[in-house]
Amino acid sequence: MQPTHALTAGRLIFERDLRLAMRRWGQVADPLVFFLIVTTLFPLGLSPELSRLRDVAPGVLWVAALLSSLLAADSLLKSDAQDGSLEQYVLSGQPLTWLLLAKIAAHWVLSGLPLVLISPLVAIALGVPGHALDVVVISLLFGTLTLSLLGGIGAALTVGLRRGSLLLSLLVLPLAMPLLIFGSRAIELAIAAEPVAGPLYLLGALFVLAFTLAPLTAAAAVRISID
Amino acid sequence: MSADASFLRARNLHLWRGERHVLRGVSCALDAGEALHVYGPNGSGKTSLLRVICGLLQAEEGEVLWQGVSIHDANSAYLASIAYLAHDTALKGDLTPVENLRFSVGVRRELTEQEIRAMLGDLGVADCADLPSRVLSAGQRRRVALCRVLLSRARLWVLDEPFTNLDGISSEQMSMALASHLDTGGLALIAAHQGLQLRSGRVRQLGL
Repeated sequence: MQPTHALTAGRLIFERDLRLAMRRWGQVADPLVFFLIVTTLFPLGLSPELSRLRDVAPGVLWVAALLSSLLAADSLLKSDAQDGSLEQYVLSGQPLTWLLLAKIAAHWVLSGLPLVLISPLVAIALGVPGHALDVVVISLLFGTLTLSLLGGIGAALTVGLRRGSLLLSLLVLPLAMPLLIFGSRAIELAIAAEPVAGPLYLLGALFVLAFTLAPLTAAAAVRISID
Repeated sequence: MSADASFLRARNLHLWRGERHVLRGVSCALDAGEALHVYGPNGSGKTSLLRVICGLLQAEEGEVLWQGVSIHDANSAYLASIAYLAHDTALKGDLTPVENLRFSVGVRRELTEQEIRAMLGDLGVADCADLPSRVLSAGQRRRVALCRVLLSRARLWVLDEPFTNLDGISSEQMSMALASHLDTGGLALIAAHQGLQLRSGRVRQLGL
């Protein structure tokens, strides 16, 4: 009997989650649709004037991304916990940290990546000038990755609770505040054609921190939650 | 191996669930080729005992030893030798049985699709191998979940009510699979209402 290598196990989990998502498109599209709705409603509610929209664009983009990622985080572990798959992961003999990282990665590909890809279009609609679009994409790339990782911690902590969604938001939001601040600051600076390296480095550092610690934390939380 | 160093040994387990004292000093031991039949009325803590022995629940008192080492020290080696069948079948409704098994057994050991199909055939669910699992009947889902246990080639089977929803023929097949598992030196821990009759292998009893 050849035991599966941890890398293969991670790849299998990743593949499985993508395949499940293919069979359930509606659920996958939710966060993206939410992001689009919020960002399109702002010009309607505020003012269609591009100069005024440009001032609020960084905040709108980031708040919408943050909320949409919170919305998605709820479903990260829920169905696996309900049907007993999560227990099977714990009992698989593979490092749970690694399996959860694979799940978070799949989750980001399904909820974060589409948002990053569509963000230049949304940014243009909000009056962000062309020279700042690369910063929009880069900041949201690091931002959504970090948010998925933080969402992983939140989902793992609340997975055993009956009404965990609200608690999940309360847990994750404070951790996500630095992202919101530095992310929207980076876009603001880019719009004003000023150097953006500072906030982008900080976003990168936050991502590395989350990448190192979040899967470990999530694994410990899952062990407690499946109790 | 001395009698004291049984393969699996639980000593004086005490477990509280909220205000309820569910396990009150439960001890058991299991050696290669033996099955332990855990019986008792509903709510007597059969599932809790199984989960404590798998390491999913932490008992307030007592310890579980696998080959003489506490399961919390030998964690991943121990977990790799368990196949756990819970009440929930851990099947994804949107995936077919073949896909489900490819992923759930695949994270434990390398296996081919032929192996999966052969096992599904053995348990009489070959004809629903490519249907989404959500359209399967409860008994068929149970059989697919049993395929997971059989395919995992684990040393220790922990089965929670394995005969639920199974018809006479499948129960018989299950008992045969269990007997051959014990013949090859496997261990099994089974929580079941009904009595357990096996052709071979020693069955110990534990009433809760």
